[in-house]
Order: sequence, then C-alpha cells, then structure tokens
Amino acid sequence: MTTDIADSSPTDRLAERPGAAVQLVGLHRSFGKVRALDGLSLDVAAGEFVALLGPSGCGKTTALRALAGLDELDSGRILVGGQDITRLSSNRRGMGMVFQAYSLFPTMTARDNVAYGLRLRGVGTRTRRRRAEELLELVGLASHAVHYPHQLSGGQQQRVALARALAVQPEVLLLDEPLSALDAKVRAQLRDEIRRIQLDVGITTLFVTHDQEEALAVADRVGVLHAGRLEQIARPGDLYDRPRTAFVAEFVGLSNPLRGRARSGELGLLGTRLPLLPGSAFEGPVRAFVRPESVTVDPVPDQDQGHGAPIGRVLSVSFLGSLCRVRIQLPDQDPVLAQIPKAEAARLSPGSPVRVTIRPVPVFAEPA
Amino acid sequence: MAAVNTSVPDGRTRPPRPSARSRRARPSPVSALRWAVLIVIGGYLLLPLLAMAEFSTRGTATGRSLDAWREIGSNADLLGAITMSLELSALTVVATLILLVPTMTWVHLRVPRMRRLVEFACLLPLTIPAIVLVVGIGPIYLWVNYLLGDSPLTLTFVYVILVLPYAHRAIDGGLGSADIVTLAEAARSLGASWPRVLVNIVLPNIRGAVISASIISVALVLGEFTVASLLNFDTLQVVINLLGKRDAAVSVAVSAAALLFAFVLLYALAQVASRRPGTVAADATEEGPTP
Ligand SMILES: Nc1ncnc2c1ncn2[C@@H]1O[C@H](COP(=O)(O)OP(=O)(O)OP(=O)(O)O)[C@@H](O)[C@H]1O
Ligand SMILES: [Mg+2]
Repeated sequence: MTTDIADSSPTDRLAERPGAAVQLVGLHRSFGKVRALDGLSLDVAAGEFVALLGPSGCGKTTALRALAGLDELDSGRILVGGQDITRLSSNRRGMGMVFQAYSLFPTMTARDNVAYGLRLRGVGTRTRRRRAEELLELVGLASHAVHYPHQLSGGQQQRVALARALAVQPEVLLLDEPLSALDAKVRAQLRDEIRRIQLDVGITTLFVTHDQEEALAVADRVGVLHAGRLEQIARPGDLYDRPRTAFVAEFVGLSNPLRGRARSGELGLLGTRLPLLPGSAFEGPVRAFVRPESVTVDPVPDQDQGHGAPIGRVLSVSFLGSLCRVRIQLPDQDPVLAQIPKAEAARLSPGSPVRVTIRPVPVFAEPA
Repeated sequence: MAAVNTSVPDGRTRPPRPSARSRRARPSPVSALRWAVLIVIGGYLLLPLLAMAEFSTRGTATGRSLDAWREIGSNADLLGAITMSLELSALTVVATLILLVPTMTWVHLRVPRMRRLVEFACLLPLTIPAIVLVVGIGPIYLWVNYLLGDSPLTLTFVYVILVLPYAHRAIDGGLGSADIVTLAEAARSLGASWPRVLVNIVLPNIRGAVISASIISVALVLGEFTVASLLNFDTLQVVINLLGKRDAAVSVAVSAAALLFAFVLLYALAQVASRRPGTVAADATEEGPTP
C-alpha cells in the first residue's frame, strides 16, 4: 500500500474511501422549553454535498453536533452507511468536522494539527508527516506547515482545520459555518475551494450556513431548516423556482407577498393568470409569493391611465450594477419590488406612474 | 499574510507620538508616582531582609561572622527538616494536580453546571482557620499515622486541602482563557479518547496555569507553620522556630536562606512557565518575507 502512495496525488490517496450515505430519522432535542430539533429527518446520498440553510436558532448546529456525537439526542436515529451510530461516542464516529470558531490546537504547528488524527491512529511519524504535507498542499498551504495557528490568518486557519478533518479519511465531512468569521472575498474563494476538494475527494458533506448565497452556490441540494424541522430539500434551482412552503418562498431569495384569488389551481393576480405550484392553496383568497424578476414594469403615458393592468407609482429606484430594483406602490397591495435591467429603470423616477404585470411562471401561494 | 506585510511598514513609518516626546523632556506625574510606589514597596520588602542579613552576620566581639550561616550546613535537624519540607512540597504539588486537573477539566467540559459547586468546595479551606482545621483533623490523623506511619510526609493530605483554593483559582483561569471546549470537541471528533484529550490538548493549553498553581503550592508548603506545629511534625518552619529559641542568629540565617531559596525556585518555575512553544518560531518567521 505504501509504495503506490508516494507517486499518487493527494486527492488520489483521499479518494480511497468514498463517502457514506447519511440518514437522520426523526431527531428530537430540547433544551429546557426550546425545541432545537423537532423531528428532523434527512437523507443524504453517498458523496453528496448538502447545505443546511436556516435562520439563526433553527437547530442547524444542534443537528450537526448530534451527527458528530458531540451532543446527545432525546430521540431519533442516525445512520451512516446503513449502520446505526446513534449510541456511538464521538471519537469512534470517524467524522471530519470543521467548527465555526477557530479550533486549531494552539500548541501545535499546522502540520502537527493535521497529523493529530493520524497520530491517534498510531500512524508512524514519517508517514503522517508526509500525509499532513499532502493535505496542506491540497488546501494550498504547503508553505505554512511549520506555522503555529496564531501565525495564520483566519482563512488559513480554517483551511488547516479542513485539512485536519480530511486527514483521517472520514466518510462524512461536517462543516458548521466554517466561513462565517471571514470577510466576503475570502469566503467566496474558500467556499468554492471546499466544493472543489469535496468533488475531488468524493466525501459526503453537510455544510451548515445561514448565508443562502453560500448554500445555493456550492451545494448539490439545499435543505431549509425551520424551527427544528426540515421544510424542504431540493436542488438550488428547484428550491428557488419551486418552493414547497411559504417559509421557503420567503426565506430563499426575495419574494413579494401579493394578495390574489385562486380558482381551480390557477391564480389571478394583477390581471394575469398564473399556475400554482404543488402544495399551494388552490381555492379562495391567497397570499402569493412572486419573485422580483417576475415583475415587469412599463411606464404609462398620462392619457393612457385607467385601462388594463393596474397603475402603480414608483417609490424608489436602487441600482445594483447591471440590474435595478424598483419599489412600486400598487392600489390594494403592499409595496412591490421589481428587478429590471438598468436601461429600463432609466425611464423611471420616484412618483412616475407605471403599469405592473406579472410573468406567468408558477408561484407558491398560501391561504390568506 | 497580507495583513502582516502591510502592518509592519505602517508601524515603522508612523511618527513618534507626542506623548512620547513630552515624556522625555520632563518626567510625567505618572512615572514619578510609579517610582515612588516602587521605592516604598521595595523598601518595605527589602528592609526586613537586610535586617536579617545584618543580624545573622553579627560577630561575637568585633566585625562580621558567617558562623550562623555555616551552622545551617552542619545542623542535622535542620538539614533533615529542609529535605522534609522539599519532599512535602513536591508531594503536595503532585497530589494537588492529580486531584484537580482531571476533575476540573471534566467539570469544565462535561458538567459545566457543577462548576459553582466545585469552586465552592475548593474555596472552603480559606474560610476555616488553621486551628479549627487541626482540631477537626486531629482524630483523622491518629488513623492516618496508625495506617501510614508517622512520617511528616503524611502532612501532604492537609496541605493539599490548604492549597486547594489557590490552585483552583489558577487552573480555573487557565481553563477559562483558551476555548478548551471547542479544542476538546475537535480532538474528540478526530478520534481522541478522554485521557488523550487531557494529555494532548488540555494540559499543553493550560500549562501556564498548572505551573502557577505549582508555584503557589510550593510557596505555601515551604512557609506553612501552624498546622505542622500543632500536629507535631518537624518541618522547616517548625525547626526554624525551635532553633530561634536556642540560637537566634542561626534561626534568622535559616529564615533568610529559606526566603532566598523559595525566591530562586519560584523564579525558575516562572521562567519555565513563560517559555511557550511557538513564540520563538513566530519571531523567526514573521521577520522573513512571506510568499
Ligand atoms: N447548549 C444549549 N443550551 C440551551 N439551549 C441551546 C443549547 N444549544 C442550542 N440551544 C438552543 O437551541 C436552539 C437551536 O440552536 P442552534 O445552535 O442549533 O441554532 P443554529 O441554527 O445553529 O443557529 P445559528 O445560525 O445562530 O448558529 C436555539 O434556540 C438555542 O438557543
Ligand atoms: Mg449554529
């Protein structure tokens, strides 16, 4: 085994143990009166990258810590590779974990940090040194092997933490907001790098974040957590285009909650008929969630007023580069946000009358 | 990396602060006060030492003599007591650390709600006067002496209790200063058993606290008189006291020597404590250009 390691790349070595499937079944955990996990169930396929997204306090960390064995559960079962590990202690679970707080061992160099898991497994000094250096190379820190944590920047520390978690060739990698202490640029860079490494290594990964851009950008599937349960899990595009609950529709991306009326599976809204998504309310008055980019805005000449689609007034226009967001006050509705190209927005100014229409894409609606 | 590179030239080119310049012109009231405090406290501490030196070197008729100091080396009782007190302090340190470090680490990591209780238990000895303590444990020591012999080393048990409040404070500070909980969890998830976590992760990170707990324990044991005397054990302080009744000069010489010795010992321990891994390498690497 040792002979062919020498000339293989770090990732070839790591790929020897592909990820395992993870199943969370009905996890419950209460802290006093707070129900941190309230029947959370989740299936993650082997080698899949799943992001867990949710507002602060929804139980993301609790779920991850339960999976790592760092916290106990009131009830529920955890299966990895089909085996029930619910009662296994954390040091026998063989999961790699990267924490939100910097967690490198301060008295060890970067290389010793990475090698620590191997040291625990009785790997010889030379082998584990070489492995540690391979992993540091994988995360782009080969030149920092003998630096101590306090000599590394926050981003570098989290890279070393990632290398340390991967060094023991875990079947599952757990990341609890590993990027939240970093600045925006380093965040984006490191998140793409995590994805690259994950694809190389093929490890099953659970990535907890409350930053939806982060979740949507890197994950195979995104699970939205709310009050200790899984609201919906879907591919990023589906989650955005086809939300299954009002919470997901509002939480992921921007949405305009608009009042309309549903009749036999169709929604009448501002003069347009829209298809309704599965799970929506199909009859009666509803609140529909419409994306800003589905709202079209046309300036109206003064003499034209009074025909067709309702007339609104522009409240404000804000520039976002190539796109603009326009806030519009409609009769009988809350202010609506529209996202339109910059060229179109140039014709609008606060107070100008506009005709608002909705593109006929499927929307989610809840009973009003 | 970038942060390091840019901050260094920044620091160098910054003009000297106005306050630094004015301080050179005339001493500020703050530094005058600082010196005054230093001199007063220094005098307060040094004067008795000088007096001890003077008294213990008084000759019989004319001039100075070191007879009293020579006596230290030739008095068998005294040498025995010195060895005994050193052995006692070593034993006390070891026993205290073995008792406290794993317990406090466990409480810190696993049952944080017990912290107050442990703290309370450890602080109790402070509130009990030595005489009460001795009256209380007298009967127990009858048994201890019956079972373990009547060596003064059995004093270790009382001394561990006397040292508890101070050692607890020191170690508690150490556990609180680093994020031991997260570090331990990281080690656990990498596969470390609890003993491994204690030895590989917790101990290196609270090294300074453990050493200061040891320093305090050594100092306390070397200077303890009441309990040893009341329980009739011949420790250093007890023998010094006895000597004082026979030959005051020798007694004072021993006291001065004990003080000096304790000072040197504590200084050495403090030196060990301040040598942290990584600091040397830090200075070396930050000098060089970072790629
Ligand atoms: N050890 C604990 N003791 C008491 N309550 C806790 C504990 N851990 C978590 N909670 C509570 O459980 C709920 C879920 O916490 P959790 O840390 O899982 O949230 P989160 O989704 O990770 O939030 P964030 O995005 O802010 O990290 C919160 O209401 C929190 O207050
Ligand atoms: Mg959290």
